[in-house]
Amino acid sequence: MIRIILSAHLQGLTRVHGEVELEVAAPATQRSVVDALEGKYPMLRGTICDHVTQQRQPYLRFFPCARDLSHESPDAPLPDAVASGQEPLLILGAMPEGRSRFRCHFMHHRKAMSRTR
Amino acid sequence: MSGVRVLVGTRKGAFVLTSDGMREQWEITGPHFPGWEIFHVKGSPADTERLYASQYCVWFGQLIQRSNDGGKTWEPVGSKFLYDGVPGTHEWYDGTPHPWEFKRVWHLEPSLSDPDTVYAGVEDAALFRSSDGGLTWQELCGLRGHSSAPRWLPAAGGMCLHTVLLDPSEPNRIFAAISAAGAFRTDDLGKTWRSINRGLKSQYIPDPNAEVGHCVHQIAMHRSGHGPLFMQKHWDVMRSDDLGESWHEISGNLPTDFGYTIGVHAHEPDTVYVVPITSDSEHFPPDGRLRVYRSRTGGYEWEALTEGLPQRNCYVNVLLDAMAVDSLDSCGVYFGTTAGELYVSANGGDRWALIVRDLPAVLSVEVETLS
Repeated sequence: MIRIILSAHLQGLTRVHGEVELEVAAPATQRSVVDALEGKYPMLRGTICDHVTQQRQPYLRFFPCARDLSHESPDAPLPDAVASGQEPLLILGAMPEGRSRFRCHFMHHRKAMSRTR
Repeated sequence: MSGVRVLVGTRKGAFVLTSDGMREQWEITGPHFPGWEIFHVKGSPADTERLYASQYCVWFGQLIQRSNDGGKTWEPVGSKFLYDGVPGTHEWYDGTPHPWEFKRVWHLEPSLSDPDTVYAGVEDAALFRSSDGGLTWQELCGLRGHSSAPRWLPAAGGMCLHTVLLDPSEPNRIFAAISAAGAFRTDDLGKTWRSINRGLKSQYIPDPNAEVGHCVHQIAMHRSGHGPLFMQKHWDVMRSDDLGESWHEISGNLPTDFGYTIGVHAHEPDTVYVVPITSDSEHFPPDGRLRVYRSRTGGYEWEALTEGLPQRNCYVNVLLDAMAVDSLDSCGVYFGTTAGELYVSANGGDRWALIVRDLPAVLSVEVETLS
């Protein structure tokens, strides 16, 4: 089970507020996760990867496990912690403050999740 | 009983407003697509329940949404806009060649007769058509194939095709306008195009009378297709009596000849509306007074319409798709501001009323007349 946290904009499209869970065959990669995500939520098609180029939208980031995998190969296996569902994969719009903002967001999320478990 | 449905696109979502023919009491729904820029929402003249919306976000790109129930529910349709062939280059801000790149959809123009046919004006400038309700899009590549295209260049807001006018009197005729290239016309449903910029003058480009390079903001015509064409250019309000073959200036006694939007009365082809805005850097109404100007003489004399509009400390803008008219017997005129206000005049501009305030900045206003 892969856990995904979507940007608020994308949550609005899916009407799912909170984490999305997906079954993805191993080895899970950015591409296979996006494919599975678009399969379950067709309204997301074109919002994560461009319709025409199939490239990641330039201002969109993949943040798992306090790392930035946005520039990794889309076919590279995701970290084990994401593949096992231990950690979520964040799909977010790029933030002007860069990584520091991302870390704040990530830590905030972890705290929030720890409170709800 | 007849009524109206007003479709408002804003920086942070779409709103649908309905009223009866009195246009005094309004029901407002929205925001639809909260947080997304809605560049344009427009209904099909052939089926008022069919709406199309252009939904954009810098992070997540372009989506097209369609409604079959007048905006109660929406579904995403196709948003794959692929230029035909090798896109080539246009001029960049610094005059160097720059490759054509799709960015977003500025304007959606549904066919006058078929709810499933709709045109999309996009940035970088091109015109697309869908014949299956927005599921797939094909470029009308004759426009971008015009010999002047390598000399088109972006305005401050980008190189956008923002005006698409379908001529009700001649089904094969379409007018399009691009910032900053100019106006174009096809008489064969988009196969071939001609530039229609003779008479336009843009004083700060190297050749003020050049074939292209003019920052046209909007073109309007009477809904019958008969009567003159009107244009609000970056500077100058213009008129053409020969389908755009030639233009002459009608700025006359306007307080400024700059503005973005222009509209024509539903029943009087020679009654035209503009909202003068100061330029080149301020982009708010002259003297802090929000005034719509109306000409009942085809642009040769203008009168200020102020009743019900703020006449002090008003520093908003009215953007290029942000004015519309209904076709009720007493023609309604509507416009939205960058401060999120939506105004209506149910009597052709004589008196204005605020429908709603504090929406996000208004990008577009369209109105459907319901029977």
